[in-house]
Amino acid sequence: MKYPKANIVRYPTVTRVNHWITAGCFVLLVLSGLAMFHPMLFFLTELFGGGQWARAAHPWIGTILLLSYGGMIVQFWRDELFTWDDLQWSKSIAKVIVNEEEGVPEAPRFNAGQKLVFWAMAFLVPALFFSGLLIWEVYFSSYTTIEQQRYAMLIHSLCAIAAILVWITHVYSGIWIRGSVSAMMHGHVTPGWAFRHHRKWFRSLVATGSRGPVPNPTSRTEHKS
Amino acid sequence: MTNTWQDIKNANLVVVMGGNAAEAHPCGFKWVIEAKIENSAKLVVIDPRFTRTASVADKYAPIRPGTDIAFLSGVIRYLLANDRIQHEYVRAYTNAGMIVKEEFGFVDGLFSGYNEDTHSYDKSSWEYEFDEQGFAKVDETWQHPRCVINLLRKHVDRYTPEMVTRICGTPIEKYMEICELFASTSAPDKAMTSLFALGWTQHSVGAQNIRSMAMIQLLLGNIGVAGGGMNALRGHSNIQGLTDVGLLSNAMPGYLTLPYDREDTFETYMSTKQFKPLRPGQISYWQNYRKFMVSFQKAIYGDAATAENNWAYDWLPKLDVPLYDIIRAFEMMDKGEMTGYICQGFNPLQAFPDRGKIRRSLGKLKYLITMDPLDTETSRFWEDFGPQNPSKPEDIQTEVFQLPTTCFAEENGSLVNSARWLQWHWKAAEAPGMAKSDIWIMSGIFHRMREMYRKEGGAFPDPLLHLSWNYTDPHDPDPEELSKDMNGRALVDLKDASGAVTVHAGKLLDGFAQLRDDGTTASGCWIFTGSFTEKGNQMARRDASDPREQGIAPNWAWAWPANRRILYNRASADPAGKAWNPGKPVIEWNGTQWTGIDVPDYTPTTKPSDSVGPFIMNAEGLGRLFARDQMAEGPFPEHYEPFESPSENILHPKVKSNPAARVFADDRAAMGKVADFPYVATTYRLTEHFHFWTKHALINAILQPEEFIEIGEVLAKQKGIVQGGWVKVSSKRGWVTCKAYVTKRIKPLIVDGKPTHVIGVPLHWGFTGQARKGFGANTLTPSVGDANTQTPEFKAFLVNIERATGPAV
Amino acid sequence: MADLQTQNYIRRSATTLTPPSVRNHEQEVAKLIDVTRCIGCKACQSACMEWNNLRPEVGHFEGAYENPGDLAPSVWTLMRFEEYENDVGNLEWLIRKDGCMHCEDPGCLKACPAPGAIVQYANGIVDFMSDACIGCGYCLKGCPFDIPRINPVDHKSYKCTLCSDRVGVGLEPACVKACPTGAIMFGSKSDMKDWAGERIEDLKSRGFENAGLYDPPGVGGTHVMYVLHHADKPGIYSGLPENPTISKLVQFWKGLIKPIAIAGIAFAAVTAFVHWITVGPNDVEQNDEDEADRLLKKAEGS
Repeated sequence: MKYPKANIVRYPTVTRVNHWITAGCFVLLVLSGLAMFHPMLFFLTELFGGGQWARAAHPWIGTILLLSYGGMIVQFWRDELFTWDDLQWSKSIAKVIVNEEEGVPEAPRFNAGQKLVFWAMAFLVPALFFSGLLIWEVYFSSYTTIEQQRYAMLIHSLCAIAAILVWITHVYSGIWIRGSVSAMMHGHVTPGWAFRHHRKWFRSLVATGSRGPVPNPTSRTEHKS
Repeated sequence: MTNTWQDIKNANLVVVMGGNAAEAHPCGFKWVIEAKIENSAKLVVIDPRFTRTASVADKYAPIRPGTDIAFLSGVIRYLLANDRIQHEYVRAYTNAGMIVKEEFGFVDGLFSGYNEDTHSYDKSSWEYEFDEQGFAKVDETWQHPRCVINLLRKHVDRYTPEMVTRICGTPIEKYMEICELFASTSAPDKAMTSLFALGWTQHSVGAQNIRSMAMIQLLLGNIGVAGGGMNALRGHSNIQGLTDVGLLSNAMPGYLTLPYDREDTFETYMSTKQFKPLRPGQISYWQNYRKFMVSFQKAIYGDAATAENNWAYDWLPKLDVPLYDIIRAFEMMDKGEMTGYICQGFNPLQAFPDRGKIRRSLGKLKYLITMDPLDTETSRFWEDFGPQNPSKPEDIQTEVFQLPTTCFAEENGSLVNSARWLQWHWKAAEAPGMAKSDIWIMSGIFHRMREMYRKEGGAFPDPLLHLSWNYTDPHDPDPEELSKDMNGRALVDLKDASGAVTVHAGKLLDGFAQLRDDGTTASGCWIFTGSFTEKGNQMARRDASDPREQGIAPNWAWAWPANRRILYNRASADPAGKAWNPGKPVIEWNGTQWTGIDVPDYTPTTKPSDSVGPFIMNAEGLGRLFARDQMAEGPFPEHYEPFESPSENILHPKVKSNPAARVFADDRAAMGKVADFPYVATTYRLTEHFHFWTKHALINAILQPEEFIEIGEVLAKQKGIVQGGWVKVSSKRGWVTCKAYVTKRIKPLIVDGKPTHVIGVPLHWGFTGQARKGFGANTLTPSVGDANTQTPEFKAFLVNIERATGPAV
Repeated sequence: MADLQTQNYIRRSATTLTPPSVRNHEQEVAKLIDVTRCIGCKACQSACMEWNNLRPEVGHFEGAYENPGDLAPSVWTLMRFEEYENDVGNLEWLIRKDGCMHCEDPGCLKACPAPGAIVQYANGIVDFMSDACIGCGYCLKGCPFDIPRINPVDHKSYKCTLCSDRVGVGLEPACVKACPTGAIMFGSKSDMKDWAGERIEDLKSRGFENAGLYDPPGVGGTHVMYVLHHADKPGIYSGLPENPTISKLVQFWKGLIKPIAIAGIAFAAVTAFVHWITVGPNDVEQNDEDEADRLLKKAEGS
């Protein structure tokens, strides 16, 4: 088979739109959330038209984030399942960090670090959502006791901090691994990029003659037989 | 009140029974708190319910509604049996030693002289024995078996603690503790004050309830002293004023009485008024009756009242029955005998018993005129408001004229408070809409009627045609002008014995001692004389200085009579004139005259050795433990069951309820039996509201929005009634559907061995105003009144209660 | 001209700076509610409504004398009624005026994220500045007494102001003015404590051995205090907290977490930056493209 000149599809359009909705929501939530979290950051509410608007918008954005991240899960969960290989990969994290390729196991579509980010968020987003519901004063405050809301408040803050840390990791990884941002922007990576960072994935694509993002269901080998 | 609100702070013991001062009089109740804090006073509350007053009491005891006389007679027995009375006081200032006629007796619940057919007494045996000079006989040693104290001792002997608890349901240990607290104030320097209100008056034995406590206060030496007295807490800002100016069907201003039709001449009328002193040297102040009466007639008819026409006596209406009270009035409307009704500042559809009868009776009128600042239920009786006021307007022919009036804040005038103070108030706001003052409206009616009489004649035009009406604006007399009329003025130059002019013609009088019976003075209400003098409007005085900080500020407003703040204050001192309680003297004899912080009962130079009694309105000058003929049902109080009662009268089963009460046949037929209506109900007010007025005010409606009844936990459990759930309360006369408040504050009482449940019915809700619609407590209440005053028995009647689903809307 | 009002703030919500502090000689005030002489007449409630122009809805009877049923955005004070049977079986009707306690260490203020939405004046009064309130409800979580209420219409939090407007011009709070029995007193905190002492002595003489003052130390004392007949059991007064403090959860959330979180986030960002300038980007090299090409060709060839 002959590949066309075009590159490999890393993320199809639906995925990209979904991702950037999620990302946009997340950024807005971080801004509005931090504004209500620390007095020195309260000025960020001005981005939303003031404190009342920031307070009012935050839970709605969170709701969109939850739905949006749900879409991400639906699209990604199969490729994000941990395998034993991930353990091997993780063991060589020290090499990964300093851009060393030698001795790092080949990664499938997502490496263990990416999977960690994915699953961390898959846990944190609902946790934030549900703890947030309890403290969504306007609609839900009457269903719980104040003490329960205090726990919710604390859980919400801790989860938010965790999510921000995960998010920083995620964003920096995107910048650090050149081509990732573009991949999420335009959907394509070069074969070299796929070979370098997700060789196992690349091999599976090549083996099934797929342009990506996932291998074709039936392998060429099976065709031949 | 014999004393003043402020004076309550001087008490050592405050007894709230037959009232609920904290809830009904929260502002005045500050003085009870003051007594507790500043005078270490104890507060005792005796009430069927644990009220908000009880919440701050030192001692609370429950009592079955309508059994106060049994409780208090038991207290009298305790005081006499344990010799815990203030001997010197009782001996000097009461009729304890006076000897009663031999014919007087009491058998099986009836005093001597009862007539079964007329339900009334021939009271001739209820009298003292007299000597040759017409003075009552006295045994100072109290040895005579028929002297008052011994008759009383015998009368109350049946009220043993066991009997009291059997009748009242009060736990015996609480009862005994309270007896002892009462007794502790028999010490000359200790005082107990009795605060009561409609919890005592609204019974078929209302007046006797109060008398029972008054007798206790006499025995304890607590009348006339600082911190003592019988203090009726009036339920309305000016109800004291209402009685003072005689707004009752048998009264005239200043407690003069309207003539009966049998008193066909002025002299016949006067023959029963000017009581001769029954003891040597006594004042018997009613001897001056003629002066008050003639001055009143002069105030009303002016020059038209002359000696020749007996001061226009013939123009006064004459009573053909003892009383045209409101119960009788509605009975007459119901029977078609009264067809027009001017209802001024009154809301009988809410306020009077047996609401169904009231509504029915109003529907039989030709016309109804209501004058009120508020949109009263009475004005709208004809309108269908659903179950709370079911009505078919098309069947009602009554023509209703609803005249909006000003309220107190929209006019100048005076109010008389419970302490008999006439306090001037000033207009604070313009009246809304088309509201007019009552004076303006009544003047208008008067002028039009007089004009009709003048033009068309009539059966008896004289009283209207000759009415004196000298006001700057005859259509709207100024309240100050009316006040001056009440106070009175000299019609000629008044001269003293030496011929010197004391008051010039036309000048305002300084006091009722200046009144004369020869037509030379005029006064619309003799007890108010002194309230508006040449020195100005005494009612408008606002000097709060209180020389001894003892609750008497003589220059604040003006109190009748004669600016006296504590009635019978002569009794605050011993016979020699020294204060019983040197710490809180009211008046004392300084060797030449009476001095102190109050105006003495009589001339300041009257010597103690003259032995003039402090109770100057009584012919014997003494406080009466034996009431002579003054009460309808007997000279001593006796326990009679309420007309609707769950219990027999244990003392005398044949005479269950007040034998002298007047009950109309239809009303008697509308009485319920305990078999059908097994629970005792009592009605009352809540702090958040004033009667049926404040439900028109938003804030009050917010604070207590909806009709409810109170029921104890035990009965609620038996009946499956839940907290805040709907119930139907019914009496023989009607039913109410409202919410239930299941409370620990009402406990079943063991009456004669049987548990008796009490249901509390607050009375504020109707179908106009801002609060939620309610049925009104008077839907349930019976139409029977006190035998003396006809005040209806709202405080004890029978009902049934069951779970309900809420009113059909 | 100085805004003396703002110079009076000794605490201001969501502020990391020290508020103006030179005017340090103002006397602390307190309202003393003597539960033992309160008759539950609700004059305080109506005075509060009158002065502050509050008119909650005409409600329903809900099986209690409390009306309205609870504190609300337009109900800043409320009489609470509790029927309590004491050890000897006698009934006591404990009536407590509920409302903001004006804590010396206000939990609402601590929890508030909006700068200046909650302030405390030098006289101790804790006040809500509605223009700055964002309606988040954090004050509810901060309050150990369950006092503030958010209005669902304007999304502002409301509670008793201790009539700061009246107190500021030398008047007593409206409820104090209206109380007919003097059960609500107002003055300097020390005077109120002295007066409470006299009351407690009187109560002890009447058999209330455990009479005492409620001025809970857990919140640094309060500027609304109670005289209780049973100071050992504040809970019987319609759930007055035994030993109120700002919740540990709130303290942690508004305390330690903030610096740790900000530091953590900053640390993560800085780490990333350091990585960028030391290790640098991970670029695809020509070698990778060649290898990939080789693999592709191999596949094509097979």
